[in-house]
Amino acid sequence: MMSIDVNCTAWKGFHTGEWRHLVNVRNFIQKNYTPYEGDSSFLAPISPKTKKVWEKSEALIIEEVKKGIIDVETNIVSGINNFAPGYIDRENEVIVGLQTDAPLKRIVNLYGGMKMATSALEQFGYTLNPEVAENFHRYRKTHNEGVFDAYPERTRIARNAGLLTGLPDAYGRGRIIGDYRRVPLYGTDFLIEQKKLDLQMMDGPMTEDRIRLREEVQMQIRALKEMTDMAAQYGCDISRPAENAKEAVQNLYMAYLAGIKENNGAATSLGRTATFLDIYIQRDIENGVLDELGAQELIDQFVIKLRLVRHLRTPEYNELFGGDPTWVTEALGGMGIDGRTQVTKNTFRYLHTLTNLGTAPEPNLTVLWSNHLPENFKNYCSKMSIQTDSIQYENDDLMRPVYGDDYSIACCVSAMGVGKQMQFFGARANLAKSLLYAINGGIDEKKGIMVVPNIEQDQDEVLDFKKVLGNYKKVLSYVAELYVDTINIIHYMHDKYAYESSQMALHDTIVERLAAFGIAGISIVADSLSAIKFAKVRPIRNEQGIAIDFEIEGDFPKYGNDDDRVDDLAVEIASYFSAELKKHPLYRNGIHTLSALTITSNVMYGKKTGATPDGRKDGEPFAPGANPMHGRDQNGALASLNSVAKIPYRNICQDGVSNTFSIVPNALGKTEAERITNLTSILDGYFLQGAHHLNVNVLNRQLLMDALEHPEQYPTLTIRVSGYAVNFSRLSRDQQLEVIKRTFHKAI
Amino acid sequence: MTKGLIHSIESMGLVDGPGIRTVVFLQGCRLRCRYCHNPDTWSMQNPKAIMLSPEELLQKLSRFRNYYGKTGGVTFSGGEPLLQPEFLQEALAFCKKAGIHTCLDTAGCGLGDDTKILQNTDLILMDIKHHTKEGYEKITGHSPDASLRFLDTAMDMGIPMWIRHVVVPGLTDSEEHLIGLEAYLRTLRNIQRIDLLPYHTMGVHKYAAMKIPYPLDGVPALDSHALDTWNKRLNRNCIQP
Repeated sequence: MMSIDVNCTAWKGFHTGEWRHLVNVRNFIQKNYTPYEGDSSFLAPISPKTKKVWEKSEALIIEEVKKGIIDVETNIVSGINNFAPGYIDRENEVIVGLQTDAPLKRIVNLYGGMKMATSALEQFGYTLNPEVAENFHRYRKTHNEGVFDAYPERTRIARNAGLLTGLPDAYGRGRIIGDYRRVPLYGTDFLIEQKKLDLQMMDGPMTEDRIRLREEVQMQIRALKEMTDMAAQYGCDISRPAENAKEAVQNLYMAYLAGIKENNGAATSLGRTATFLDIYIQRDIENGVLDELGAQELIDQFVIKLRLVRHLRTPEYNELFGGDPTWVTEALGGMGIDGRTQVTKNTFRYLHTLTNLGTAPEPNLTVLWSNHLPENFKNYCSKMSIQTDSIQYENDDLMRPVYGDDYSIACCVSAMGVGKQMQFFGARANLAKSLLYAINGGIDEKKGIMVVPNIEQDQDEVLDFKKVLGNYKKVLSYVAELYVDTINIIHYMHDKYAYESSQMALHDTIVERLAAFGIAGISIVADSLSAIKFAKVRPIRNEQGIAIDFEIEGDFPKYGNDDDRVDDLAVEIASYFSAELKKHPLYRNGIHTLSALTITSNVMYGKKTGATPDGRKDGEPFAPGANPMHGRDQNGALASLNSVAKIPYRNICQDGVSNTFSIVPNALGKTEAERITNLTSILDGYFLQGAHHLNVNVLNRQLLMDALEHPEQYPTLTIRVSGYAVNFSRLSRDQQLEVIKRTFHKAI
Repeated sequence: MTKGLIHSIESMGLVDGPGIRTVVFLQGCRLRCRYCHNPDTWSMQNPKAIMLSPEELLQKLSRFRNYYGKTGGVTFSGGEPLLQPEFLQEALAFCKKAGIHTCLDTAGCGLGDDTKILQNTDLILMDIKHHTKEGYEKITGHSPDASLRFLDTAMDMGIPMWIRHVVVPGLTDSEEHLIGLEAYLRTLRNIQRIDLLPYHTMGVHKYAAMKIPYPLDGVPALDSHALDTWNKRLNRNCIQP
């Protein structure tokens, strides 16, 4: 029995389909959305109400950039309904809801780990209410404690040496996207009903799997109830389907808000909401109860809320993921499998917030690019990229065949079917360091400790390619096994001690789990192997016999010049490592995926890695993601893009291949119109090559150097770094300098 | 097949012809323009240059075709590309046959009859050094005869042209000079667009590296917007419908 009357006013005017009888948001979208192939001329300016709300918010954000933090709630810990309602400017807020009772006031989440939360507070001079701390510590075990109880010695050593880093064993794993659209479409009463039905069906022999799932579904039901109560505090009834566009936006946001009150995962992404919401907006506009100004107001105000999402982070975390990112990623556009574009007017409205509200790093606007997207939309994206440096692009033609047409992006590059798949985030392994282990007999070049056993120490005066490659593969096999074991422990404990009940409540009960492994240093590995193969590389060894530097005689092909001799080496290593990971089974039947993505941790990886055979010096930053090393791509932008495009996505790096591309404005064309069509051609061409991801920055190095010296003059300068956009002034100085050193493609 | 001596290939040039273009810089030039920013392309001997057959070149270009879209293609530049006529002719024919839009960036100073080259050229980026004989000689150290002959051939064959002219402070930036240039350009046919290029100093370091004196030492670069008005005026007045 279903609690929703199919003839209810909420669904009036919608085309029917399977979605009316069971939870199927994709079916609702496909039956009801209106593709839009026109241009941006219909867009409306900022409304007076939005302007007032944004002015207050922006002032707070600028103050936060100066101070580092506005406030933290120290008396209450995270939870869906643990905080009183908060407002920015109550009478002008069209969309309401904040994480705590005041804007930018952060939440303490103790479930990940007590020590981490305390250290995060201390850096800003706060202390947790001692009573809360004491009680939590005494009665509740954390994810971090669970993980370290189970870690074997080999994981601890690898972690300590910087071979495996950024592991979500001390912070929320994130990268879980609830299908927040389910709440406005169905209301929580119906969703709870469906979960109860699922629970009834899950009877039978009580195996560990079934017991765990039954417990989780009960937690999900409880979370849906708490979500409903939390929304009610704001005067929103989300128990029933949304009646109109305003309720649809509001209720969708409430569902998302529950997730970020409960969890502090690294990436708390939004999903793919624009086209879904367009259906409600379109219906209201056709019924004459909403105009374009009102429609844009809803989206602008929603986006203001998304720009205010914050989590409390530790200093160590900020070193990995600089600039306080939250990855409120929204996937925009793309094509349907029936050949219609999924671009709607609302897709434009989301991008138009960059004009109405100015540039900002969040939400992380991600355009799913297809060669078949309408020209008008392509050129609008290019125009907005040129103006704002705030958009990233991912290849829909590559992902759609794998994930269908209702996937979205978690964090930077990770595709997953909305509400059907979730991710076990796995950070990354240092492949450049692994190469040094192959030369140094498994001993860490910085710490002098044995990290990988049973590797023969190389004694040759000049490195021999075959020998190094052979030992390297041995090292990689060892690392792959260790990495899988480590990830299994982390996610076992995360499920046990920090389960994301509100986000998982908005997934199907039987969900597919993608385990996302990662690699750092692929360009260094390719260039190093190329140097060993095509030039003469002489290690300079210390008394222990450890290579602490390398002398290179002769030239060698370098990754980033579309030269197969070296690019093939990058492909070979990524493919080998991916295959090795897949040899080892995963917790809860997870599916192995892999990314070449570093976020801003490429700077930290550099610090922790000794000199490498490609000529990179001890401590020098890695290139971000799958980018070529700075300054080594010498045949222009297309050659550089082509090299990265060769790293295979499907079945190899199926969690993403990140590339950050910076070009000087006057190199992109002489007039604005030329710059727009040229950028569109670059994107079309890059993705036709089978590439996966591109961050686009159109700016001068000089601007960044000026912002480095005079941050006060650039309080909101936004640039794309690696899979996300960031407020430049919030990066550490090392991270800023690394960004400035990157290749800027110039006019010749 | 004739091999070309190629100084370098820039996979993406966005200011040398329409759309996204791969720019092939051919080695060798006889002119010694005082503002030249590529002195490393003068000599026919350059140990860093690469030798490619037209076929090998096409193979490289085919890796970039996805980016060209409807407007882009290849631009042969230099140096003076006309100094390697056999290679250029074959390379252009190969590209054309493969459906790649071809563009020739030249000062028109070749070795004789350029008809065969121009048969497979879709667009010429014509570098006009100066509109008077004296001015031309002063800038380049050579007579304008070859260049004028090339222009005649190109106009007779009806090949579209984009005119380029470098404006150097104290040399080609006077009102009088630009008025003279305007009058001259009005006598030319097939012009689609005119770009006055502000003099820049980005080539100076190459002179230092090659240990040759820089002829325009001390002349300041021109602001990138300094020529906006004149650019508009020339494009309005000198392009025949």
